[in-house]
Amino acid sequence: MASVCFYFQVHQPYRLRHYTIFDTGMDYFDDHKNAEICTKVARKCYLPANRLFLELIRQHRGRFKISYSITGVLLEQLKEYAPKVLDSFRELADTGCVEFLTETYHHSLSSLYSPQEFADQITAHRQLIYDLFHQKPRVFRNTELIYNNGLAHAIEQIGGFDAILAEGADHILGYRSPNYIYRPPNSTKLKLLLKNYRLSDDIAFRFSNRGWAEWPLGADKFAQWVNAVNGNGYVVNLFVDYETFGEHQWEDTGIFEFLRHLPIEILKHPDNDFKTPSEVAAAYPAVDVVDVPYFVSWADIERDLSAWLGNAMQHSAIRELYKLESIVREANDPQILDCWRRLQTSDHFYYMCTKWFADGDVHKYFNPYDSPYDSYINFMNILDNLRSRCRSLISAGPSQGSPVAALS
Amino acid sequence: MKTRTLMLGWEFPPFISGGLGTACYGLTKAMDRLGMPVTFVLPRAMPIRFPAGEESPAGMEGSGEHYQTHLRHMRIRAIPSTLTPYAPGQSQAAASWRRAKATGAATLEALGEATRAVYGPDIRQEVQRYAVRVMEVAEEEEFDVIHAHDWMTFPAGIAVSARTGKPLIVQVHSTEFDRSGEHVNQYVYDIERQGVHAAAKVIAVSNYTRNILINRYGAPPEKVEVVYNGVEFNGQTEASFPRTWPDKTVLFLGRVTMQKGPEYFLFAAKRVLEKMDNVKFVMAGDGDMLYRSIELAANLGIGHRVFFTRFLRGADVDRAYQMADLYVMPSVSEPFGIAPLEALQHNVPVLVSKTSGIAETFRNALKVDFWDINEMANKMVAVLRYPPLQEMLRLEGRKEALRFRWEDSAARVSDIYQHVLSGT
Repeated sequence: MASVCFYFQVHQPYRLRHYTIFDTGMDYFDDHKNAEICTKVARKCYLPANRLFLELIRQHRGRFKISYSITGVLLEQLKEYAPKVLDSFRELADTGCVEFLTETYHHSLSSLYSPQEFADQITAHRQLIYDLFHQKPRVFRNTELIYNNGLAHAIEQIGGFDAILAEGADHILGYRSPNYIYRPPNSTKLKLLLKNYRLSDDIAFRFSNRGWAEWPLGADKFAQWVNAVNGNGYVVNLFVDYETFGEHQWEDTGIFEFLRHLPIEILKHPDNDFKTPSEVAAAYPAVDVVDVPYFVSWADIERDLSAWLGNAMQHSAIRELYKLESIVREANDPQILDCWRRLQTSDHFYYMCTKWFADGDVHKYFNPYDSPYDSYINFMNILDNLRSRCRSLISAGPSQGSPVAALS
Repeated sequence: MKTRTLMLGWEFPPFISGGLGTACYGLTKAMDRLGMPVTFVLPRAMPIRFPAGEESPAGMEGSGEHYQTHLRHMRIRAIPSTLTPYAPGQSQAAASWRRAKATGAATLEALGEATRAVYGPDIRQEVQRYAVRVMEVAEEEEFDVIHAHDWMTFPAGIAVSARTGKPLIVQVHSTEFDRSGEHVNQYVYDIERQGVHAAAKVIAVSNYTRNILINRYGAPPEKVEVVYNGVEFNGQTEASFPRTWPDKTVLFLGRVTMQKGPEYFLFAAKRVLEKMDNVKFVMAGDGDMLYRSIELAANLGIGHRVFFTRFLRGADVDRAYQMADLYVMPSVSEPFGIAPLEALQHNVPVLVSKTSGIAETFRNALKVDFWDINEMANKMVAVLRYPPLQEMLRLEGRKEALRFRWEDSAARVSDIYQHVLSGT
């Protein structure tokens, strides 16, 4: 049996506006740019891809299934800038063939810095998914598939989850295959679904690469690779950025045509099917424990935290951000809390990455900054302003405002 | 057979007053290390004499016009000439402009007059005289190509090329538009244009300069090659004297001329001091904008925070760098910009204007539009306030700066010679 498990990450951050040390306003975010990017990605990716998946689901009458994790910050922006996309996600939800996962509302690194904040953001995201799509998510995926034993433990403590998605990195699996189900060492209930990065990256990164030996990749060829898993595993976890379709891989690469034919080709083999992450977790037993003492993620070739926490600026920025947690809560102002949370989105730290600066690469994608230095300066200036706002609110005495309710 | 070069260059240590001399010296030394034979023609106002027992840094020995150097493949031919790369008349011109201003006659016309007078009345004769003397030297020398650096040597290069039939390569370290903005000196512009068109190949020190040559001088794009400058690495690592002062220091080091944007540095300093009070600004260098800059600092009310050191040499330059937390190059138009690389060599992070050659190719520097005072101040404050930023700009910047090697520039120049000689 080989089940194909599609999971798409759907996310756009609230990009910051240019903010100097001389600015004093609380308009930290670049509304214009965010609207522009949101509508552009909606046009090139979200709308056509949603339309295609809806067609495929209808065409295959319940045999084709997919899953999404859509961040809270994107859902907010879609509501404001591209409500049609939100409608089409609702339509997908109504088919019963689409599962929505939960992650931190703000696509944050809070799992690394604040257990309280981590739990709050998960609660907020679960609520939002329920409100929009009437589903109670049972599967968790952390920001950029950041994962270790500690994260599994934290998720088990928070409760309500059957499975976690993570990267099927070679250094945690060793000789083992990502095509089985595993469990964390410190948990009895949770299952681990690990990304098959070879097949996932064939679609996400190599699809249009004419220098690749397998180019051009057709749905039939890809289906044969999936068929080869029969007898050697239960599931092929294809975890990719949703923007792969139409944005990373433009329409003229044939990516949509590839998708259109993929279900038919996969289902030609009688032992194949499509499952959502919850169905995979319910259908297959965990074959082994995977011990992950160190963090893994799906970013860059290192598959670790170095994309967000690889240099001194990144560490300094995020430390200063979470240092504000107590005064942000004390200030008890919904707008301030919301800003502070939007600043937690991992993209802000990704922009500060200097690892690949010399070559330039995917870190450039929708990166609003000319250099990692500029992004750090901008972030720190905003943090500085936020800090002084909190302080002046606190010194002005107990707030008359309502308790925190920024997320709804 | 190695290509033999007749190099029409400028300034050798210890007489270096700016980037042109540094570049000629660095390039020629690296060509020497690659074993490329060079006869270096050097204009000198006076015969070179070094105090007894003191060796010149270039290791020049000999008397009269002929010098041997410690560089194995290079010979120096000194030519008596008063040409200097930075117009001897500049300070008089500025003085006459200030006078004009004081007498209320500071009109655009007067300013134009001053600009035209920058090179002094004798410049045309001097450029001619220099060309004649280079022709004489060329009669006695054997060479395959002529390599001329910046406009004052172009007429000589053109003449020698016409006489000998050897190909001329001109290298442009700065154009009249860099030095004078839109008030170009027509005489200088014409020479630059002739040089660029007469040359078999033109070497620009950046794409920034290459574009000016194409757009403003009508140079055929296929003829203009970019060869970036390098920086001499002297193995310096850490500050040799401990920092004891509490104040932060921001450094401007370069000629204080319109081209270098000193007033933008001061306007930005003023804004920085609105946010931080423990900052000192050091302006090191001379130039025709020096007195105006001193006045400007006073008028802005930051005179007590800005220190003018005049022109610095040797150990004083090192000391200035060692004091600095940030080096700023706010140039209005900078063909390349070796100084930021030197600052990084001294472990000082850099902020450079986007209108510079270095900005197009260097990543680990802060970059700003020279006119954007707010942004310049914003970035200055950030470097002074956030140690991780300063540290990363310093470490990564230094690493990157060390990759600018004169040997690579010399190898590119050698390739260009080969292409010219083989007619491709």
